[in-house]
Amino acid sequence: MSLPAEEIAAIRANIASRKIRDLIFTGIGILCLGIAMMTIAALFVDMLVTGWERLRPEFFTEFPSRRAGQAGILSAWVGSVLVMLVTAAVAVPLGVAAGIWLEEYAPKHWITDVIEININNLAGVPSIIYGLLALGLFVYTFGLGQSVRTAGLTLALLILPVVIVATREAIRSIPQMIREAAYALGATKWQTVKDHILPYSMPGILTGIIIGLSRAIGETAPIITIGALTFIAFLPPAPITDVAPYVSFEWLKAPFTVMPIQIFNWTSRPDPNFHQNAAAAGVILVAMTLSMNALAIWLRYRLRKNIKW
Amino acid sequence: MTPSVAASAARPVSDRLAKRASRHVKERIIEAILFAAAAISVFVTLGILYVLLKESFVFFSQVPLWDFLTDTQWTPLFDDAHFGIIVLLSGTAVSSFVALLVAVPIGTVIAIFLSEFASPRTREIAKPILEVLSGIPTVVFGFFALLFVTPILQWFIPSLPGFSLLAAGLVMGIMIIPIVSSISEDAMRAVPMALREGSYAMGATRLQTALKVVFPAAISGIGAAYILGIARAVGETMILAIAAGMQPQLVWNPMEPAATITSFIVQVALGDLPHGSVGYNTIFAAGLTLMLFTLVFNMLGFWLQRRYRERY
Repeated sequence: MSLPAEEIAAIRANIASRKIRDLIFTGIGILCLGIAMMTIAALFVDMLVTGWERLRPEFFTEFPSRRAGQAGILSAWVGSVLVMLVTAAVAVPLGVAAGIWLEEYAPKHWITDVIEININNLAGVPSIIYGLLALGLFVYTFGLGQSVRTAGLTLALLILPVVIVATREAIRSIPQMIREAAYALGATKWQTVKDHILPYSMPGILTGIIIGLSRAIGETAPIITIGALTFIAFLPPAPITDVAPYVSFEWLKAPFTVMPIQIFNWTSRPDPNFHQNAAAAGVILVAMTLSMNALAIWLRYRLRKNIKW
Repeated sequence: MTPSVAASAARPVSDRLAKRASRHVKERIIEAILFAAAAISVFVTLGILYVLLKESFVFFSQVPLWDFLTDTQWTPLFDDAHFGIIVLLSGTAVSSFVALLVAVPIGTVIAIFLSEFASPRTREIAKPILEVLSGIPTVVFGFFALLFVTPILQWFIPSLPGFSLLAAGLVMGIMIIPIVSSISEDAMRAVPMALREGSYAMGATRLQTALKVVFPAAISGIGAAYILGIARAVGETMILAIAAGMQPQLVWNPMEPAATITSFIVQVALGDLPHGSVGYNTIFAAGLTLMLFTLVFNMLGFWLQRRYRERY
């Protein structure tokens, strides 16, 4: 028994229109992805075109100046590197150790639950709140001043959840049999962790550390909040000296500026010549964070490909 | 067994036992160190609460809570000081609203597209692009909003001022697209394949399946994505500090410049406020307000996220 011709035609028309709607939605989806892509492209091209004239070697070796044409980012990039050193030195051991404890040692206990919920919440705290924490606690209660160490510590706390979560995920992907094999040979828990769990989860942990640091290097708000100066025309004392003991940690206490603050400072001036500087510094900062992100994505990609348990 | 043999055998055993005992001690010390590292995160939260509450307490001992909540002016640094947090909240609300108008539709479409339509190849290209978008420093987005987006908007709307919540909100929306899209996509991919297969077996197209089966099934996860997006928008600082101007005024129109809670904190921190002045304490009261809002949104978001995970 067949349907009347007009009904078949109506069903066909319905199917055709449904298929067209599928196609239209695919188009909208690609369009939306296109918006994201176009924004990245527009942002980068705009900054590159605006800042192109200033992207010269001198830009890296000059201090900021009242004259836009002579200003550079020397104190800013040195400051960023030093702050990142402190951040990494604090966040990496703390974050990895916390991740190991939560995955390998933590008993089923309310304290563990509290720590877990707490880390989830910390990941959602706006960065400027960390700035207030640092201002009230590090600067005024502990008297660390508006220094490299305060900034480094603040950013370390900020990226701690990122490092912890990455460590946990990397450790969780290691199958249980690896641990059982180590225990069967008489290894203690720490020996198992040190010789097996840590080395095998290293690429994943590294990915998390890089992503955390790339976030820290672009953070502006918490550093402004602790009262970092925006105009610094000198470098912190060198970490290596020519008198014994040849290393100096005076730089930890030095006032500083960082790349994002320099960009903010130049952007908020009305003179368009300074906007050129901001754009040039922005290109460099974006290039830094993007290359760090790319490295992390590549590490993760390689990791997925190579390791099969 | 002669006594000499017994003695020589006993020695290594006791040695081995001694070694095991010291190893045991070492294990416990290491465990304690690792636990201390994990516990530090709790102290960070306590530190935040302590600082915010302590300084806010000083603030509220000088400014009545009622004034803080009901005053419609925010002029903490003037002689005639007013502390109406509603002014800053209005700026935060309007800019977040604009951001959500951008991020929710685009983020949701991207999530549906990537989870239900795109080939694995497309997904492999699209996901890193979204990650790049979320990796760009916000100060750079601020530059972009002020010096690229604002002039373009002014071309369409000539009356738009140089600083506006609209430009900042639009760019902020693009910035939080990856948050909305990635969490929603995770939620939709967690929907069991059997539901989709059932829908296809009934003759539904991809779009029908996506919108009428997968989307409703993943709704709590998608809700979580929106709420975490709101939390992010409320806490965003630099885009607003750069592109939205910092004049505190009670606004409901995105075409105007205004201060938000976050940009006010930046403005005060940029100036030279003596430690212990009312102005100094004000930023902690503002911070406490911000913290309360983001805490509520984050808790709600995590709760919703956990709910969809439990169901399947």
